Amino acid sequence: MDLDALTGCLASSACLVTQTTSGFIIGMLLFLVAVGLTLIFGVLKVVNFSHGAFYMFGAYFAMTAYQLSGSFALAMLCGAAGTALLGLVFERVFMSRVYGADVLMQLLVCYAFVLIFDDVVRMVWGPEFRSMGMPAAFQVVPLFIAGGVVPPYYLLLIGVALAMAVILGLGLARTRIGKVIRAAAHNPGMVSALGINTGLIYGGVFALGGMLAGLAGALAAPVRSLTPGMGFSVLIESFIVTVIGGMGSILGALIGAILIGMIRSFGSLGFPLFTEGLMYLFMVIVLVSRPTGLFGKEVA
Amino acid sequence: MTELQAERAGAEVQRVEASRSRYFDLLIALVAFAVLALLPVLFNSKALLDFVIRCSAFGLFATSLNLLVGYTGLTSFGHGMFFGLGAYGFGLTMQRTGVPVPVAFVATLLITTVIATAIGAICVRLKEIYFAFVTLAFQMLIHSTILSWASLTGGDQGLRGGIPRPAFLGIDLSNHVHLYVVSCALLVIGLLLMRQIAQSPFGYTLRMIRDNATRASFIGIDVWRAKLTIFVLAALFASTGGIIMALFVSGAYPEFAYWTISGEGIFINMLGGVTTFLGPMVGTVLLLILNDTVTRLTEYYGIVLGIVILFFAIGLRKGLMDFVVEWYAQRHHDAERG
Repeated sequence: MDLDALTGCLASSACLVTQTTSGFIIGMLLFLVAVGLTLIFGVLKVVNFSHGAFYMFGAYFAMTAYQLSGSFALAMLCGAAGTALLGLVFERVFMSRVYGADVLMQLLVCYAFVLIFDDVVRMVWGPEFRSMGMPAAFQVVPLFIAGGVVPPYYLLLIGVALAMAVILGLGLARTRIGKVIRAAAHNPGMVSALGINTGLIYGGVFALGGMLAGLAGALAAPVRSLTPGMGFSVLIESFIVTVIGGMGSILGALIGAILIGMIRSFGSLGFPLFTEGLMYLFMVIVLVSRPTGLFGKEVA
Repeated sequence: MTELQAERAGAEVQRVEASRSRYFDLLIALVAFAVLALLPVLFNSKALLDFVIRCSAFGLFATSLNLLVGYTGLTSFGHGMFFGLGAYGFGLTMQRTGVPVPVAFVATLLITTVIATAIGAICVRLKEIYFAFVTLAFQMLIHSTILSWASLTGGDQGLRGGIPRPAFLGIDLSNHVHLYVVSCALLVIGLLLMRQIAQSPFGYTLRMIRDNATRASFIGIDVWRAKLTIFVLAALFASTGGIIMALFVSGAYPEFAYWTISGEGIFINMLGGVTTFLGPMVGTVLLLILNDTVTRLTEYYGIVLGIVILFFAIGLRKGLMDFVVEWYAQRHHDAERG
């Protein structure tokens, strides 16, 4: 425990800005993964345990596209589109077969794919650590805000994630497709009786969730190292985020992700060895006081 | 005879049958132990004994998880924490205090009881998926504590330097055959005790809670207390599994408390099937054989294991023992029809 480092940081504006930014980076990447998880749970009632694999594939797709084309925009597009396609196929071919079955069966199918996907990445890209490298466009002098260092790429990352949050929130609340998705989450039988193809909606939502995780992976590729199994810690953390925020709530995922980001960022100063423990402790406290999460709907 | 029919049968008949089936269970246990104890005489293979010791550790763990998942409907994702707790509790007691093995064994079970009661009291209030999440969170909390409390637990290196195993009552656990026989004895006694719990009136109360908790509480059952009791009992058997593991590897490692142990426990249960008492035991043997052969044959272990899991989850849609029992019942049914 190193409380002096924590209080020292809280007293200095430079350290405060640096740590807050890094907390936001962690939080925003987690948000993109967690919001997909929460959407899939909200509509399909499936806890997608293989969601971390989509994050991993997003990163690897982006790296390969960047190395082949040299275009950062194309890399992001490949990361997102590739995982969206993967999500659609995964849902239609495998997950749709276990909807009626026990929750444990759904979990097992996902667990099987976690193992398979990790090995596929190991076969295609090799077991060693890979890195995509920072695109030239972002290799510029970092910004200095109140003495703290903020790389411009971080601002782009935060901006993209926030834009996604707004698009998703408005899209679900205001558009026709959003209404259909919410209706399907509430009562799929009735939606289907009204002549809407629920299979298509399920596939679409899974693809959307996969795309968001893939986008997170692609955005993370320049700043983190790539390795098979990299999706796992992200999955566990975004799991905590969705549980804290409330399964099925987009706002909850956003708030939960920022909270976890800040705990990770500031906790690593004060409790360097127990940072993960802090997250789980927070999760226990939330679950015990509000089992459905901070923004989850009360179960009748 | 299905469970439902058994419950409908007259109370008197059931009592007679219950005591008869209890002797039958005891007989099976004695025969099983005799067969296991003969193995080292018949085959001079250290690998075989190692395999059975590992089966004992994981078998006790997986069967105790089935008391929660299959019998009570409590899907715990954090049961592995008690496996780790058993391994660390036993290892630390032996290393730090130097008491005889049986004393350390009892002390570990006492520690497990205290911790499981505290954690269980919080967890069993929550239902379904939230119960799963909160047990997972506690598991990871314990794992983080083991990692960060390095002065006590050795951090990510685990408990090293070996666990002292002084001989007691003529049993020397550093002798491989002695360790083997003690593991088998613990396994057989543990399974027998769990079988008694499952077949007792309390066991049938648990099944009722699983099927309809509201109704159970209406007829005067304290659901919270029953759930807590089975949570602690299951933790004790998981802890015993951890103790066997600690004795086997002569140490304890943070992986024993990591959530993947719980994941493997769930997987074993699904592989073997949760509707029969011995399903998890069958699952344990299957998974360990699968583990050993696949890792020897290919480096892409995940793909092979993944495909096997898919076969069970999407192909059979149930565990192996469930499948066999249903197939047998179907055949029996057809034969009766003529």
